[in-house]
Amino acid sequence: MSLDAHLVVAERGLNVRFDLSDASTLALVGPNGAGKSTVLETLAGLVPADRGYAHLRGRTLFDTSTGTSLAPHQRGVAMLAQDALLFPRMSALDNVAFAGRANGLDKRKAYDRARRWLEGLEAADIADRRPGQLSGGQAQRVAIARALAAEPSLLLLDEPLAALDQPVAAEIRRTLGRLLAGRSAILVTHNILDAALLADHIAVMDAGRIVEEGATQDILQRPRTRFAAQLCGLNLVSGVAVIPDSIIGADGVMVVGLPQVPLTSGAQAVASFAPASVSVYREAPLGSPRNMFTGVVGAIVPQSNLVRIHVGPISADITPGSLANLRLETGDPVFLTVKAAEVSLYPA
Amino acid sequence: MTAKPGLPGWIYLPAALGAAFIVAPIAAMVTRVQWSHFWSLITSESSVAALLLSLRTSGIATLACVVVGVPLALVLARSRSRWVDIGRAAVLLPLVLPPVVAGIALLYTFGRRGLLGGSFEALGIQIAFSTTAVVLAQTFVAMPFLVISLEGALRTTGARYEAVAATLGASPTTVLRQVTLPTMLPAIASGAVLAFARALGEFGATITFAGSLQGVTRTLPLEIYLQRETDPDAAIALSLVLVVVAVAVIGLGRERMRSA
Repeated sequence: MSLDAHLVVAERGLNVRFDLSDASTLALVGPNGAGKSTVLETLAGLVPADRGYAHLRGRTLFDTSTGTSLAPHQRGVAMLAQDALLFPRMSALDNVAFAGRANGLDKRKAYDRARRWLEGLEAADIADRRPGQLSGGQAQRVAIARALAAEPSLLLLDEPLAALDQPVAAEIRRTLGRLLAGRSAILVTHNILDAALLADHIAVMDAGRIVEEGATQDILQRPRTRFAAQLCGLNLVSGVAVIPDSIIGADGVMVVGLPQVPLTSGAQAVASFAPASVSVYREAPLGSPRNMFTGVVGAIVPQSNLVRIHVGPISADITPGSLANLRLETGDPVFLTVKAAEVSLYPA
Repeated sequence: MTAKPGLPGWIYLPAALGAAFIVAPIAAMVTRVQWSHFWSLITSESSVAALLLSLRTSGIATLACVVVGVPLALVLARSRSRWVDIGRAAVLLPLVLPPVVAGIALLYTFGRRGLLGGSFEALGIQIAFSTTAVVLAQTFVAMPFLVISLEGALRTTGARYEAVAATLGASPTTVLRQVTLPTMLPAIASGAVLAFARALGEFGATITFAGSLQGVTRTLPLEIYLQRETDPDAAIALSLVLVVVAVAVIGLGRERMRSA
């Protein structure tokens, strides 16, 4: 076990308990204000916890029951934020060497290590530049080199790619993926790609609690909370299981699908399906589709080469051609159908 | 320069009036300077003594303001204690206090029969009516200028760089020395310039607490005030010197701020 933590910050309504196995990366996802950044700040020692503890590789970062708490600089926990926050009056190389110097290396060793890290991040050519002369992507590379040059036991990443343009973010995401292998890290993100490509585990937070957690693959393939489903672009209906192959939602609507594991009647379960598998009609379709919902068109949003129609909690992706054919507008009543074979059912 | 959108034309009238109100008296004074005697007036023994004393004491006072004012601004900007608000109000006091009141307060602290004066007396040190008193008076009135401007700059910059430096393993002293102070250098410089200018012009607290002894406590503002009675031409010439020094200080401060 790398990290074992229970964090309570009353002022921000945070109360989470989680652990992190050695050399693995945990992604914290969830809506704004869920408390994800507070988790990082509390672990770094920048925000005091009211109750709880954090043990990192056998060291106690803090424990309110014994009243111990290490100062931020004693924790071996480096933080990387959305802004690179390079010290403005130092060159890129000085910035990275600062980390080594702060950890007691002599000047030569600190600068040797700094050069190696800049090379590792393909940023050796900008070593002598001031932060003001760097692009966003270059600055973030230097910031990553600086964080790693501190050789932290735990790396905290707070939306490290959120401020960058797509192609730059993709490049740095690849670099990060390589560097995070073999390290313990916690990554706060809003981006499904970050979670899918960088994290071994995902914890979904809402209102200061962890509401769902598991291996990345499980969460992304079988989300159990609406936020996780949204993150992976899936529709989610939660309700009570009715064997063999359906659930009844809170509003009485029934969804039939393929159980991924045998269901227990009366137990909480969820149904998930892709927006692309939802068909939209103006008139009730002929025959008797097993899954049919009615509702009113809420929003119509272009999505790359498709158009997403929001009807209550369900979204449907249709082609621009079908949209023109249906002449849909906000406020129009519609019928939605989904083939049972396209719906996954599993316990919540 | 063109008018900013939304700024009504009539606003330039009171604005010009305000500018004229500041510029006109300076100009009026300049018209009365006796240029033929100017050099001899400002190089008289008492004038030179006053000018040198002013520069020396203001320089030391500015140094004192930096040495204790920078830590004070850091504490006010970064501490989360409730006492900080009270502390800030107290530090601001010299800004709004009449200088003569400041002089009396200092007299009852460091004077012979003052709160601390007795202890100094026992050590054979007399502060009141000495050059030290001039420096104390100037430091007292000038410190808030440095503290307030620096605290504002510290708050604007925020503590994010410090937080990053700490998580990289840097101790609080290292963070202060290598991150906070270098980042704050322009703000410290401009705060020091403000403090120096205020110290240079200090009159009320100085005459109350330090008196007016030529070469010892009679700074340039005091010399000007005294000369006004006996030799108005000399007073005007010295005033101009003070104006020139003030303009130079402001120019220097602006240059520093721009280069940052």
